[in-house]
Amino acid sequence: MENQEPAIIKLEDVWKIYHMGEVEVPALRGLNLEIYPGEFVAIMGPSGSGKSTAMNMIGCLDVPTRGHIFLEGQDISRLHESDLAQIRGKTIGFIFQTFNLMPGLTALENVMLPMTFQGIPRHEREMRAEKLLNLVGLSDRINHKPTELSGGQQQRVAIARSLANDPEVILADEPTGNLDTKTGREVMEMLSNLHREEKKVIIMVTHDQDISQYAERILHLRDGRIVSDEENRSPKIHEV
Amino acid sequence: MNMLEDYLKFAIDGIAHRRLRSWLTMIGIFIGIVAVVALISLGQGMQNAIDEQLKKVGSNRIIITPGGGGAMAGPTTSEFVAAKLYEDDVDVVKKVRGVEDATGVLIKNVRVKFGDKSRYVMCFAGNTDPKTIDFIQNIDYFMVDKGKYPKEGEKYKATIGPDLWKKFDKEIKLGDKIEIEGREFEVAVITKKSGSPIQDTKVGIPLETAREMFNIPEEVMIIFVETKPGFNPSDVAEDIKEKLRKDHNVKKGEEDFSVQTAEQMIGRFKEILDTVQIVLIGIAAISLIVGGIGIMTTMYTSIIERTNQIGIMKAIGAKNSDILLLFLIEAGLLGLVGGVMGVLIGLVISKGVEILAAEYGLEMLKAYMGWELILGALAFSFIVGCISGLLPARRASKMNPVDALRYR
Repeated sequence: MENQEPAIIKLEDVWKIYHMGEVEVPALRGLNLEIYPGEFVAIMGPSGSGKSTAMNMIGCLDVPTRGHIFLEGQDISRLHESDLAQIRGKTIGFIFQTFNLMPGLTALENVMLPMTFQGIPRHEREMRAEKLLNLVGLSDRINHKPTELSGGQQQRVAIARSLANDPEVILADEPTGNLDTKTGREVMEMLSNLHREEKKVIIMVTHDQDISQYAERILHLRDGRIVSDEENRSPKIHEV
Repeated sequence: MNMLEDYLKFAIDGIAHRRLRSWLTMIGIFIGIVAVVALISLGQGMQNAIDEQLKKVGSNRIIITPGGGGAMAGPTTSEFVAAKLYEDDVDVVKKVRGVEDATGVLIKNVRVKFGDKSRYVMCFAGNTDPKTIDFIQNIDYFMVDKGKYPKEGEKYKATIGPDLWKKFDKEIKLGDKIEIEGREFEVAVITKKSGSPIQDTKVGIPLETAREMFNIPEEVMIIFVETKPGFNPSDVAEDIKEKLRKDHNVKKGEEDFSVQTAEQMIGRFKEILDTVQIVLIGIAAISLIVGGIGIMTTMYTSIIERTNQIGIMKAIGAKNSDILLLFLIEAGLLGLVGGVMGVLIGLVISKGVEILAAEYGLEMLKAYMGWELILGALAFSFIVGCISGLLPARRASKMNPVDALRYR
């Protein structure tokens, strides 16, 4: 894939070593990766391959033991947790396998929450959250709590939430893992649309071969390193 | 600070979600605040009642009693026998600079008969010359509500307190006849209600009659002194002491009498009251500490339960300070709600004590319910909550987002 623009995310010789008592367990062993604006990347690999750790690094949820992570050119690998929080709140939207909505809040309030942490005024938050829920087709569910929504609906709320601060990057960790095939497909189509129409960078971790076909670039991880980096010339758009 | 509203909502959600545990936690704070509020309310009410009494006695009054211990110490039995005050002393006091007037009063427990009942009652016997009557009428306890003080020579006219009838369960009107120690008196004056149970159920008779009846020719029990305007009562009291010492021929520190201004008397009483109040509030404060520890425990538990939610919030951009504030507000709110209930019940209890006291004739005790007390107690309970929540909230704020997210 040709790309003149600078990488939006760049991992440079990233190591992450966990300490399990006396034993050192390296989850990432010198990972190098560049992701450019407008990409839709799937990260694949068996469990224990380090794909979740890689995801946490890309999402600024954690800092590496060694190496550097650049987000839009800024080295974030040594930043304090609160600064990291501010950055990821603004530039990264998360979608989780288990949806991870706040159980006490309504759909609308869940979508408003990331904006709350960015200090956006209430009326503005409310307007934007309504618009986003409308976009994911849940305008008739805005005052429902997560327990009153189906899995697919919850994941759509999560997608709306990930878009709240209009981030450049959306990180999806097994977004269809807890959904049936049909609902999973709907969610993937929604992500694929966001990529094509809103020009969002989408980075998705999955172990599902089928799901990975929506991406334009597919990475394979094994033992904390990238073992293959392929372009998918005909990404899935619609399942007929 | 437009986030505050959202944080508040979040905190209320958190509390409402764990309703039983929240209630139990709040009881801890609640009990402490009930005790503190009731004690302060009643203590302050007591102080106010004392101040009120001081106003009634008048701050320009000096009271001289026999015995060296002072009026509050109360003469011991032996001192009662040994130390006495006489009309001569009244004359000495009258000559002291700054003394407007002085009058001796005899006090005796007497048997009063009215209708078919007879009761023991405090009897105050004072002079009936026009000057003394004038002087006495300005003291709140002797202010006239109905009737007119007897003239000199009207030996069998009596003054009664407004609540004397309660002892006889029968209304006593002006002109009614009552029997005091076997002699018949006509009721000439009913005094105003003063709030002091002894004063409101007393009888008063002319001093000369009392001297005759009880065969006490010279002695007085209390000398009431009024100072002249422009004189400091405590300076005048010192002068009186000096003159009486000379007259009684005793050294300083060995007086067989005590001279106290109204303010000194009340000041001493207040000191005792203050000490008692501080001790009681201290004890109540301990229960607040226990309540605070309860909040801390609840917050730790609730933070562990919500580890995953903390992870989510951090992932979507919550700073450490956001998480800290969130949980601090929740802890503070636990304290505050406990405080609101505590203040309500505390005030109800002190109001109840006030009503009960009034039943027993202590109408001067009014529970204090000022805004300072209410707002102070509420702020205090909120602060206790916040302080107790500080450590748990810090732990929550420092959680690593990855670990928190993974927590189930």
